[in-house]
Amino acid sequence: MFRVLARNRAIRRVAGMIGTLFGVAVFVFVMLRAIPGDQITAGLGTEAAALTPAQLAALERYYGLDQSLFTQFFSWLGNLFTGNLGFSARSQQSVLDMTLQSLPVTFELAVLSIVLALLLGVPLGMLAASRTNSPRDAVGQLVSLGGLSIPAFLLATTLLSVFAASFGFNPNGQGFASLLEDPLLNLQQMFLPALVLGFGIAAPILRTTRTAVLDVRSGDFVRTARAKGVPPGRLQVRHVLRNALVPILTMTGLQFGYLLGGAVVVEQIFSVPGVGRQVLLGIQQKEYAVVQSTVLVIALSFVLVNLLTDLLYRVVDPRVRS
Amino acid sequence: MTALRKSPSGLTGIVILALLAVVALLSFAGLLPYDPIAQDPPSRFLPPSGEHLLGTDQFGRDVFSRMAAGVGNSALIAVVAVAFATLVGTLGGLVSGFYRGFADSVVGGVTNVLFAFPPLLLALSLASVFDRDWFTIAVAIAIVYVPIHIRVTRGPVLSLREIEYVKAAIATGQSRWMIMLRHVLPNITSIIVIQVALSLSWAVLTEASLSFLGLGTPPPAPSLGSMIFEARSLVVIAPWTLIAPGAVVVLLVVGLNLLGDGLRDTLDPRNRGRR
Repeated sequence: MFRVLARNRAIRRVAGMIGTLFGVAVFVFVMLRAIPGDQITAGLGTEAAALTPAQLAALERYYGLDQSLFTQFFSWLGNLFTGNLGFSARSQQSVLDMTLQSLPVTFELAVLSIVLALLLGVPLGMLAASRTNSPRDAVGQLVSLGGLSIPAFLLATTLLSVFAASFGFNPNGQGFASLLEDPLLNLQQMFLPALVLGFGIAAPILRTTRTAVLDVRSGDFVRTARAKGVPPGRLQVRHVLRNALVPILTMTGLQFGYLLGGAVVVEQIFSVPGVGRQVLLGIQQKEYAVVQSTVLVIALSFVLVNLLTDLLYRVVDPRVRS
Repeated sequence: MTALRKSPSGLTGIVILALLAVVALLSFAGLLPYDPIAQDPPSRFLPPSGEHLLGTDQFGRDVFSRMAAGVGNSALIAVVAVAFATLVGTLGGLVSGFYRGFADSVVGGVTNVLFAFPPLLLALSLASVFDRDWFTIAVAIAIVYVPIHIRVTRGPVLSLREIEYVKAAIATGQSRWMIMLRHVLPNITSIIVIQVALSLSWAVLTEASLSFLGLGTPPPAPSLGSMIFEARSLVVIAPWTLIAPGAVVVLLVVGLNLLGDGLRDTLDPRNRGRR
C-alpha cells in the first residue's frame, strides 16, 4: 500500500511540498527570533527599560516568550492551522483579516501584469524569431535587454513623476479603490504598476518565446505543413506557437510566483495595499507577527503556483504525462 | 577572454563595465572631485556645469561624486555577495551531485526551502534581521542566490559522474575530493562563469531595490538606490538628481547582462554549432 503511494508522482510531489513548507516555517521562525529584541522591546521601544521585573515577566508570559523555542514554534504552527495568524497592534486587525484584504490585491496586480507581459512578450518573441539577426530580431533583443536591466523602482518612479507632472494623471494619489468598490478607478490605479511589472516580466517571456519558436520551427512537421500549403499565419499560430507553448507556460508560471512577493517595490511606490507592502510595513513598524505570517502565506502561494504550473504543464504537453 | 572578442554583445558589455570600473576606482582611490557626503547648503540644486559635472542635490552634495561612490559600493556588495553565493553554491552542487544519496537530500531540501521565497522578499526579510552595513547586506543577497548556484552546478555534475573518465578515476581509487577538483570542476567552469555574470546583474538590482526601500546600507553612505529614492520628489526641480543614478544603474546592469549573453554565446557548447 505504502509502496504504491510512494510510487505515485503526484503524491510524492505533494509530500515534498509539505516538507518544503515545514522547512519554510522553521526558517521564518528562526530568522525572526534572530532579531535583537522581542515583541516587548519592539512594542514599547526605550520604555521597555522602565518595566519592573514582575511586569516584564507578566508580558513575557502573555506573549508566550517564557516558553521554550520548541513550544513557541509548535504553538505558532498550531495557531496557523486554526487560522490565527497573529494580531497587528498598529492597525488593530488580525493578520488573517489584513491578508484576506491584501492577497487579492496582489493577485489582481499579478494577473494584470502577466497579461500585459504576454501581450508584449509573445508577439515580439515570435517576431524576433521570424528572421534571426535581422532588425526585428534586434528590436526584440533590445526590448528584452531593457526589461531585464531597468529596475522596476526606477521605471515606476519615472513613470509616476512624468504622468503626474506632465499630464496631471495620478490615480494613485487618492485612496485605493478595490476592484469591487470602484472597478474603473481600480483599473486606473492598477494600470501603471501592472505596466512596470509587465515590462520586466516581458523580457524572460520574450526570450523564452524566441528560443522555443526557433526550436519548434526546425521540426520536420513544420516543413511538411509548409509543403502542404498551410497559410503562413495559420502555420505560425496553429503549428509553431502551439508547440512552443510549453516552455512559455512554464516561464509564465515561474514569473507569476515571483510577482507575489516581487511586487513589493512597485506596491510601495504606487501605494497599492498588497501583501508585499504588508510585509514591508511590518518590517518598518517592527511588527514581527505580521511579517512572520505574511511571509509564510506568500511562500505558500508561491509553492502552490509552482505546483499548479507543473500540473498544467502535464495537461498541455502529452509527452510529459507518461 | 579571447573567445569573447567574437561576440559583439560581450564586447559592448566589457566596454561599459570597464568605464564604470574606472569611475568606481576613482571613488575607492579617493580621487573624486568632491566628498560624496559633505553637505554645502548654499550650492544646492545647481544644474550640471563645469564645476559640478552632474549638478548638486538638495543638500548641495556633488551628484557625480555621490554617483561614483554609489557605483563603487553597489559593485563591492554585488561582487562579495556573488563570490559567496558561487563558492557555497558550487560546493553544495558538487557535493549533492557527486555523492547523491543523503547529501543530495539535505542540500536539495535546503534549496527547495530557499526557493519557496520570492528572491526580493527573502533579501528584504534577511536584511531586516541583520544590523545593516555593507557586509551584512552582501550576505543577505548571497543567501538568496546560493540555491540558484546549487541547481546550476548539480545537474551537470550528475551527468559528468556517469562519464567514463570520471568512472575510471573512481575505479583507480583517487580520493573523491581530488576527482571533484581535477576532473569534474574544470568541466563545469563555463557554466559557473556564465551564471556568475547573470547573478552579478541580479545582485546589483537587488541591492539597489533594498536601498531604495531603505533597507540597504544606512545613510549617509551614498548608494544608487537611495539616491533614486531621494530624487523621487525632486524630479521636477532637479531632474539631474534622478537621471544620473538611474542611468548608471541601468548601464551597470546592461553591461553585466551583455557580458553574460556574450559568455553564453561563446562558452556554452550548445550554442557553438549555431554560429
